[in-house]
Amino acid sequence: MTVNLLGLSRDVYKGLPTTLCAGCGHNSITNHLIKALYEFGVAPHLLAKMSGIGCSSKTPAYFVEQAHGFNGVHGRMPSAATGAKLANRELLVLGISGDGDTASIGLGQYVHMIRRNVDCVYLVENNGVYGLTKGQFSATADTGSTLKNGTPNEFSMIDVCGLAIELGATFVARSFSGDGKQLVPLLQAAFAHRGTSILDIISPCVTFNDHEGSTKSYAYVKDHDVTINAPDFIRPREEITVDYEPGSAQEITLEDGSRLLLRKVDRDYDATSRIDALSLIHETRRRGEFVTGLLYVETGVPDLNEREKLVEKPLKDLKEDELRISRDDWDALFQ
Amino acid sequence: MHQRVTNDFTIRVATVNGSGSQSSNLVLTNAIFRLGIPVAPKNVFPSNIEGLPTWFDVRISSKGYQCRTRDVDVLVALNPATWRTDIAGVKVGGAVIYEMTYPISGESQRDDLVYYPVPFNELAKANFSDGALRKYLLNMIYVGVAGELLGIPEADVEAAIGAQFKRKAKAAATNVEAAHIGYTYARENLKKTDRFALERMNGKTEGLSFMDGNRAAALGCLMGGCTVAAWYPITPSSSLCESFIALADKYRVDAQTGERRVAIVQAEDELAAIGMVLGAGWAGARAMTSTSGPGISLMAEWVGYGYYAEVPGVIFDVQRAGPSTGLPTRTMQGDVSFAYTLSHGDTKHIVLLPATVQEAYEMSMDAFDLADRFQTPIFVLSDLDLGMNSWLTQPLPYPDRPFDRGKILREKDLNKLESWGRYRDVDKDGVPYRTLPGTNHSNAGYFTRGTGHDEEARYSEMPEVWQRGLDRLVLKHETARTAVPQPVVTGHGNPVAILAYGSTHHAVVEARDILASRGVETDYIRVRALPFSSDVAAFIARHERVYVVEQNRDGQLYRLLRAELPNHLVSRILSIRHYNGVPIDAYAVVDPLLQAERQPAVVAE
Repeated sequence: MTVNLLGLSRDVYKGLPTTLCAGCGHNSITNHLIKALYEFGVAPHLLAKMSGIGCSSKTPAYFVEQAHGFNGVHGRMPSAATGAKLANRELLVLGISGDGDTASIGLGQYVHMIRRNVDCVYLVENNGVYGLTKGQFSATADTGSTLKNGTPNEFSMIDVCGLAIELGATFVARSFSGDGKQLVPLLQAAFAHRGTSILDIISPCVTFNDHEGSTKSYAYVKDHDVTINAPDFIRPREEITVDYEPGSAQEITLEDGSRLLLRKVDRDYDATSRIDALSLIHETRRRGEFVTGLLYVETGVPDLNEREKLVEKPLKDLKEDELRISRDDWDALFQ
Repeated sequence: MHQRVTNDFTIRVATVNGSGSQSSNLVLTNAIFRLGIPVAPKNVFPSNIEGLPTWFDVRISSKGYQCRTRDVDVLVALNPATWRTDIAGVKVGGAVIYEMTYPISGESQRDDLVYYPVPFNELAKANFSDGALRKYLLNMIYVGVAGELLGIPEADVEAAIGAQFKRKAKAAATNVEAAHIGYTYARENLKKTDRFALERMNGKTEGLSFMDGNRAAALGCLMGGCTVAAWYPITPSSSLCESFIALADKYRVDAQTGERRVAIVQAEDELAAIGMVLGAGWAGARAMTSTSGPGISLMAEWVGYGYYAEVPGVIFDVQRAGPSTGLPTRTMQGDVSFAYTLSHGDTKHIVLLPATVQEAYEMSMDAFDLADRFQTPIFVLSDLDLGMNSWLTQPLPYPDRPFDRGKILREKDLNKLESWGRYRDVDKDGVPYRTLPGTNHSNAGYFTRGTGHDEEARYSEMPEVWQRGLDRLVLKHETARTAVPQPVVTGHGNPVAILAYGSTHHAVVEARDILASRGVETDYIRVRALPFSSDVAAFIARHERVYVVEQNRDGQLYRLLRAELPNHLVSRILSIRHYNGVPIDAYAVVDPLLQAERQPAVVAE
C-alpha cells in the first residue's frame, strides 16, 4: 500500500460522499485538497477544517473525515479560525469559504483576518453565484455578466485577490478548480507558508452559473485563463534539482524550509512585488481574463500568534500553575 | 444650627467632564474612608469626553449602605451650566460650596441652605501659573475646602493624595499644595454654620478596600484561567478587558522570554469577538468577551450556534441603558430576558447575576467552569453601577479549587473506548463528551455544525433526531439548575418578601431596614443565576406577596418568573421597576412597596 511520509494511506484523507451537484467545481477542489494534504503529509489530528455557510462551506465534510471540523455561521469563519489558532498554535487551520461567504456577508472578517495575518489557509471557492439559495449574484460576479435568466449584473465586482494584496496579505494565489496541476502545489505552498494564505479558486457552478452570459463558466474560464506561473512545491527533505533556463523560474523559500519553484510563463512577472500583482490583476480584468498562479508572496512577516508573543505550548494546555498568580502576589493586590 | 448630622450624608460634586475632577473626587472619597467611615462613590457621567456636565456623589453611611441616595446634602458646585438645577436638587438644610462668582439670585435663591462662596478661579489663578494644570488643581482646592468644613484632618487628605499619585511625587506635592490652599481659605474666610460633620469611626471599614466590578471580573478571568479574550470597546465594559490586559501584562508574561500565556485581541466588531471566543473555546482554550447591550445584539447568531453546537465561551455583559444606543453611560438591568434566550429558535442560556464586587470575581471564575462543564456560552450580567463604580469590598478570596474542564476525552480515554459520539448523552444529564482538535487519536475528530445533527455529530434532518437533540438540551439546562450559583435567602417567617438580583441588591438592603422601621418586615431572596433554582419557587410558596425589584421598565425577571412558576404561585409575585438610568435607591423600593401593601391592587398585574 502506498503511504505518505506519515505512513498514512490516501484513504485517510478522504471524507464523506459529497452532497453537492454532480460536476460542481467544488468537488474537484476537494479532490485536489485530498491529494495536497496527503502528499504534504498533514497529520489529520492537527488539521482544523473550518467553514462558514454556503455550498463551499459544506465541503470540509468531504475530506479527512478523522479531522475536527467546524462549520460555523455565515461569513464569520475567519473569527472562529482566529480563535482556534490562538487556542492551539499547532493546528493547521484550513478555512474554506465561498464568494458570498467571503465577499458579501463576511467581507469585514475577511479583511481583518488578513490584517492580522492569522496563520491559516483560506480558500475562496469562487463561482460568482449563490448556489444554495438558487442562483442570485454574489459580489464577485463580473459587471455585465448575467444570471441564468439573463439579468445582467450592474454593480462593480470585488476582486478578493486584489483586495487581499492591498490589505497586506502575505500569500495570494488564484487558480481554477479544473487545474489540479497548478492548484495542488499552490495548496501545499500555502500549508507551508506562515501567515494568511489566500487562494481564490474559480469554481464553476454547473447548476446556476455555467451558461453563456457567465464569466465563471467552464467554457469562459478555459478561454480566458492567463497563467503567470506554474508552481512546483518541494519539501525541505526532497533533493530535487530543477534545471530551469535562467530567468524563467522564481524560487521562494517558505518558512518551514520548503521551496516553491514558480516556472514563469510571463518572464517579467515578479511574485514578490505587490505593485506588479495589483497592476496585473487590473490589466487582465480589463481584458476580461483570469490571471492564475501565485500572484504575491512575502515570507517572514510575523503572524498573529507571533505578534501576540504566545508561548510555544498551546494555550489550551496551560494549567492552573501557569495561569493563576501566586498567593503572595494575590495578597499583595489587596495591600 | 440644626441638629448635627454625623457620618450620614451625601456630598455631590458637580463639575464639567474633562476637567480632571475624577482625581479630586477619589481623593475626597479615600480621605473620608481613611477616617474609618463607610463611603459609596457613584459617578454619574455623560457620554462625552469633554465639556458636558458630570456629577460625583459620595455617599457617607455609618451603617455601610452602598446604594445611591436621592438626597444631596452637601453640594460642591463647580459647573456654571448646571448651577441652578444643582442648587435646586439640594435637600432642605443642605450646604453649598460654590464658585463665588455664580449668582445667588432669582431661581437659585434658596434660603433653606447654607452657602460657602469660594473664589476657586481666583485662588487657582493666583497660585498656579501653569494654565493647563490650573483646572485640575482648582478641583483639589475644593477637596481642601470641603475637608476643612466637614472635619477631615488635612493629614488624611494628604495621605489620600499620596495614594492617588503614587508614582508621581511632583504631582502629589502640587496637589497637596492645592488642597492646603483650600484648607487655609476655608479656615480664614468661612464660618461653619451647616450641620454636617465627619468623625473617625472604628469597626466598620477594617480590611476593606475599593474595587470596581469590572476589575473584579478581570481578576476572575486571570484566576479562572482565561487564555483568549476578544473584545470590541464599548462603554461600560471596556475597563473589564482593559483591566485584564493590565493584569495579563503583569502576570501572564514570562520574565525571561517575554512570551505570553494569554492572547487578547481587539476585534473589528462584536460578531468577530464572539466568533474568536467560540473558535478558541472549541479548540480547548478558556475564552471570554466583554461587551454591553449593543454588542449582545450583534452576538445573537453566534450565541445560538454556541448553544446548539455546544461550544464553551464566557460573555460578560456590563449592562447599560437601552434600547438602541440608549444612554451609554447610565445603568440598567436591561438585558436579562434578551440574554437568557438570545438567538433565534429555542434557546435558553445560563446567566450569572453578580451583585457585589466579590461575586463579580467569583462568578467570573464560575463562568469558565460552567462553560466547560456545560459546553455552552455563559453570560455574566453585570451592569454599569457594579462594573464602573468603586465599591468597598473585603479582600477577594484566593481560589480554593482547580479548574473544572468538564467532560473532555483525551487520547488515553479514547484508547479505552470502542466508539464515542459527540452528542451522546452517556451520563443521562444532558451533557455529552467532547474531544479537542489536536487529540492524537484516529477516533477523536468530529464535525461541529450549527445544522441539524445526530448523536454522532452527523448531519441529519430527521424529525425525531432534531427533536431529540432539542430535548437533550433542555435536560442539560435542567442539570444546570442545580450547578449554577444558588439564591441567597435572608430572613424568614414574614408574609411579605422581596426578590431581587444583581446590583439592585444594595438598594434592597437599605430598603428592608427602612421598611422594618415603618412596621413592614420582609424576607429577601436574591437570585444569582438563571435557570432559576427550585429554591425560588419554594421561597415564593412560603410567602403571600413577593415583590420582584429590578432595574428595567418591563419587569424582565418578573416576566421570566411568571412564565416558569407553577400557576398557583404566579399571583403571589408583584413587580417593582426602576428605569431612569441612574442606580436604584432604597426609596424606589420602599415607596411602591408600602403603597402596594396598603392597596395591593395598584401594582399587581
